[in-house]
Amino acid sequence: MSTATFRIWRGDAQGGEFRDYPVEVSEGMVVLDAVNQLQAKHAHDLACRWNCKAGKCGSCSAEVNGMPKLMCMTRLSAIPLDRPVIIEPMKAFPVVRDLATDVSWNYRVKKKIKPFKPRAPDAPDGTWRMAQADVDRVQEFRKCIECFLCQDVCHVLRDHHRHDDFIGPRFLVYTAALEMHPLDTEDRLPELKQAHGVGLCNITKCCTTVCPENITITDNAIIPLKERVVDEFYDPLGWLAKQARNALKR
Amino acid sequence: MPDYETIEHDVLVIGSGGAGLRAAIEASAAGVSVGMVCKCLLGKAHTVMAEGGIAAALANVDDRDNWQVHFADTMRGGQYVNNWRMAELHAKEAPERVRELEAWGAVFDRTPDGRILQRNFGGHKYPRLAHVGDRTGLELIRTLQDRGVHQGIDVHMEVCVIELLKEGGRVVGALGFDRERGKFRIFRAKAVVLATGGVGKAYKITSNSWDCTGDGHSLAYHAGAALIDMEYLQFHPTGMVWPPSVCGMLVTEGVRGEGGILTNKDGKRFMFGFIPDNYKAQTADNEEEGWRYTQGDKEARRPPELLTRDHVARCIVREIKEGRGSPHGGVFLDISWIQQRLAHAEEHIKRKLPSMYHQFKQLGDVDITREPMEVGPTTHYIMGGVKVDADTQMSSVPGLFAAGECAAGINGANRLGGNSLSDLLVFGQRAGEFAAKFAKENLAGSINSAQVEEATRRALEPFGRNVTASADFEGPYQVQFDLQEMMQNLVGIVRREDEMLRALDGLARLNARARRVGVTGHRDFNPGWHTALDLRSLLTVSEAITRAALERKESRGAQFRDDFPNKDATLGQQSVIIHKGADGSMQVNREPLPDLPAHLKQVIEEMK
Repeated sequence: MSTATFRIWRGDAQGGEFRDYPVEVSEGMVVLDAVNQLQAKHAHDLACRWNCKAGKCGSCSAEVNGMPKLMCMTRLSAIPLDRPVIIEPMKAFPVVRDLATDVSWNYRVKKKIKPFKPRAPDAPDGTWRMAQADVDRVQEFRKCIECFLCQDVCHVLRDHHRHDDFIGPRFLVYTAALEMHPLDTEDRLPELKQAHGVGLCNITKCCTTVCPENITITDNAIIPLKERVVDEFYDPLGWLAKQARNALKR
Repeated sequence: MPDYETIEHDVLVIGSGGAGLRAAIEASAAGVSVGMVCKCLLGKAHTVMAEGGIAAALANVDDRDNWQVHFADTMRGGQYVNNWRMAELHAKEAPERVRELEAWGAVFDRTPDGRILQRNFGGHKYPRLAHVGDRTGLELIRTLQDRGVHQGIDVHMEVCVIELLKEGGRVVGALGFDRERGKFRIFRAKAVVLATGGVGKAYKITSNSWDCTGDGHSLAYHAGAALIDMEYLQFHPTGMVWPPSVCGMLVTEGVRGEGGILTNKDGKRFMFGFIPDNYKAQTADNEEEGWRYTQGDKEARRPPELLTRDHVARCIVREIKEGRGSPHGGVFLDISWIQQRLAHAEEHIKRKLPSMYHQFKQLGDVDITREPMEVGPTTHYIMGGVKVDADTQMSSVPGLFAAGECAAGINGANRLGGNSLSDLLVFGQRAGEFAAKFAKENLAGSINSAQVEEATRRALEPFGRNVTASADFEGPYQVQFDLQEMMQNLVGIVRREDEMLRALDGLARLNARARRVGVTGHRDFNPGWHTALDLRSLLTVSEAITRAALERKESRGAQFRDDFPNKDATLGQQSVIIHKGADGSMQVNREPLPDLPAHLKQVIEEMK
């Protein structure tokens, strides 16, 4: 069994430092195994969130050698172990302690997005009919495990701290899932343009790169939303047509 | 009593998985104020890992399905020791609970005519599981979570409850602490719903999350509520066995539902040799018929890989024990073989089983579209739990309700796959409804400050024990590991009296060690402290499982006794019931099962 060095950030909102720990490496190990081993052996109080350890709950997000990752899905065999493995908390959110960050902002943002509002049922028994082909793209978005790695990597949040003006890739995907839901009748475009800041995304696609569920965030969710906002608010012919319709109504 | 923050709700729900969320939504819809406590972040509870689907007799794929067939399947799967009333309510109400999810935004896979698609699963006569690929649990929890937050439920994230607070015989609240800052909080509530899920972390090899430590079982027990059926612990037949770091991780039954087969090292499909008598009439006796069943042929019978979980798990154990296992101590589960039958098999597998493809590729270097998986049994689900009234979900303690995995009755001696997601919807809804009703009919009670002081003192004790300075004390993790190892070895799939008596001795020693556990650092987000506090729950449920398994001197469903390999007619009419005695020791008794009414007896006979 070989040994690797893990350089882990320890601290809280007031500050902290990196500390080195030895980890015994065995076959098939993931980064979370290493962190759990350290908790049991060397640092009982090393703070870190995790639940399923199967890539399904999205709790153990952190930065491994500078890349936003789920620790439970990052194998040690994919990382160079001849130098220290650097583990840090996500940077787009305030630190609580060690690797645990305060992600409550995400929950507040989600609450602000208008909920699902279905059309009247299609059948007398109160059910709907939807073709698989029509739900495929929504199902892609609904794979999201809310690990918030896309939020973490997004420079609008991470570097420019525009948390008040921009809902981030996760919630653009969430909005897209609602807007493209075949049954949904709600209109979320006005706030998408204003309060939710879809225009702040300049499609660098970093979110797509880090998504552990391989959701094509930028191309399939964000760009179509941008197009919808443009169609609604910036299309001159559409604007004229709308004026004409309103004039007729009056 | 120190001045702890006190939070008032009409109904307090403890647990934020499917059952807790469904209960909270229902209670809130009834017009009472609702608080929900999550041990983790919202949306991360163990429900998120459910893969295969939600069992409900919607009859979208096979119109011969109805609640009677679902009821009879559930009772047969549970070896007829289920609470019949719960099985009846469950079969009748599950379809409505599923349709409701669609109205709340869930996007299930579709049939060609645009309705909710249903898939085959072990023990279900017809394709019955509404699903979304193999991530149904995520769809369910996200749908309920989004519904819940817009309905005004107060969510207390990362709060761990350590004690139910009582006034006289009734539950009037709970004491917890927030993990982030380690501050105690008192929740005062007119009714409390336990929805804390399972106990898998009492075992070494498990599909369960770290937080499945049996908190609800333990809280209820220490508050005086009765537990039943604790001997029935389900080992899922197919968990990953390699590499070691993912040992126990679930491989969905959906793999077998989509045509996956189990083989031993000789390449033999061994399940055909072990079809029990009560399933002979409805199980295929040749590979061709089994394949046709998985592809939706209504005339075909199910392949033996889709027999109930207890049975398949034991057959796998036998293959391994008799030397016919795979290189890493499992057997082979092969879905890649369907390329012999289907064009575009690779795409088909990736679309139907995306998480399985991902999980094996990423964690095990196995491409399931090209090669077989290695699998073995893993601790998955406890059928036993808090004894509740079938209609209202109230426990034997007034004001205390329970739903989902931490409640007992619906599943009898063995749960069918897909019945837990429907269970948590049906009985979560009922628990929420009746907890709200109880809250409207009763005033808030008063908090007993002596009870709060005692519980907080106990919770803080580990900080006073300096593990580095004194050999009398030890850290919490090793105690947890030793417990998991012991339960795995002595109270596992195959049980014997002498081993379980050794387990009881071991539990006494582990209890003594748990009382000397010390933690380092301070109270802010301290996993060592959290682990120390979880030990009480783990030790309580481990003792309950062991004592109940000793009491049931027969083999039935998930309980397999090497020393009593057959069924016992008398025990087949009884439940093992556990409660805390006046002296604090665990009391084990038996009580008769409720009588099955004639009209349901007839349903079961007709479906045999």
